[in-house]
Amino acid sequence: MLDSLKRIFGNEKSGKVAKKRLQMVLIQDRASVSPEVMAKLRDDIIQVISKYMVIDKTDMEISLESVDDSVALVANIPVQNMRHHK
Amino acid sequence: MSEVIVVTSGKGGVGKSTTTANLGVGLAMRGKKVVLIDTDTGLRNLDLLLGLENRIMYDLIDVVEGRVEIKKALVRHKKYENLQLLPTSQVKDKSAVNPADLMALCDELRKEYDFVIIDCPAGIEQGFQTAIAGADTAIVVTMPEVSAVRDADKIIGELGRSEKDNIKLIINRIRPAMVDSGEMMDMDDINDILAIKCIGQVPDDIKVVTSANRGEPVVGDSDSQAGKAYENIVGRLLGEDIPFMEFEKEGFFKKLMKAFKLSKD
Repeated sequence: MLDSLKRIFGNEKSGKVAKKRLQMVLIQDRASVSPEVMAKLRDDIIQVISKYMVIDKTDMEISLESVDDSVALVANIPVQNMRHHK
Repeated sequence: MSEVIVVTSGKGGVGKSTTTANLGVGLAMRGKKVVLIDTDTGLRNLDLLLGLENRIMYDLIDVVEGRVEIKKALVRHKKYENLQLLPTSQVKDKSAVNPADLMALCDELRKEYDFVIIDCPAGIEQGFQTAIAGADTAIVVTMPEVSAVRDADKIIGELGRSEKDNIKLIINRIRPAMVDSGEMMDMDDINDILAIKCIGQVPDDIKVVTSANRGEPVVGDSDSQAGKAYENIVGRLLGEDIPFMEFEKEGFFKKLMKAFKLSKD
């Protein structure tokens, strides 16, 4: 009885729940990148940043993280020194 | 102008072979010359759905390994002479054919047929890559269930990576009563999620099962909602502008019975 009342009032229909859940999970699925691509991206980032700064390659971290309904590329790169350009 | 179409889905059991059989028969009924290729090697079923299981002499593997001519391996449909099936082997596995083999085969068949329709195996492994190799168009079949839609999205991504950009969607096994009560995603919901042009929505219909039981695809059956839906899809594939059908709803009385739990379905 309580269940059927719940169903009539308020509770979101499962069709809409399905749609919302899919939209969320697909953002993550579509953003998933193979380890090889991540490694290449990491190498390229190191190359670019090294033109301007001396960085600690062993301690750097690069990852894709999903925050709420979006995906972010998060990089933590310890800087040891600046390169001085003429 | 001939077209090579691959019917794919990612997830198994959503109705790839049923769709292939119905589109094949539907196009043949419209006078087109059609050849269907089953690439689900090891798990062949298209022959059974078309009622041709007792006529098979040779298969896809015999053709790609050069033991017989394509013509010899094709099985002619009993009722529609312009429909042919190239069955696959039930004993070999999917590695017996590679993408280059299938591409060459499609190019050969293109010369003689208006439509070459390839029934793809489930999954995204080599069998999938082989099946899509020679195709101009991909039809992705899905169902209004979370797992089937997620897998369809994955397949759409894989097709894009293989530079197959002409992708169409068929939503199979829709239950209109559930959609009405908000307990099932409808075509618009799935369109929003996948963003692929939908060319058909097929209702869940017992006639699909009973017609498969007899080996006669439902597309010719005008009493069946699914049969009508497949006819519409065939029309759209031929470039006709056909509006999406309204599904027959259950009557008020049946709904009332259901509300009081007097009727089981």
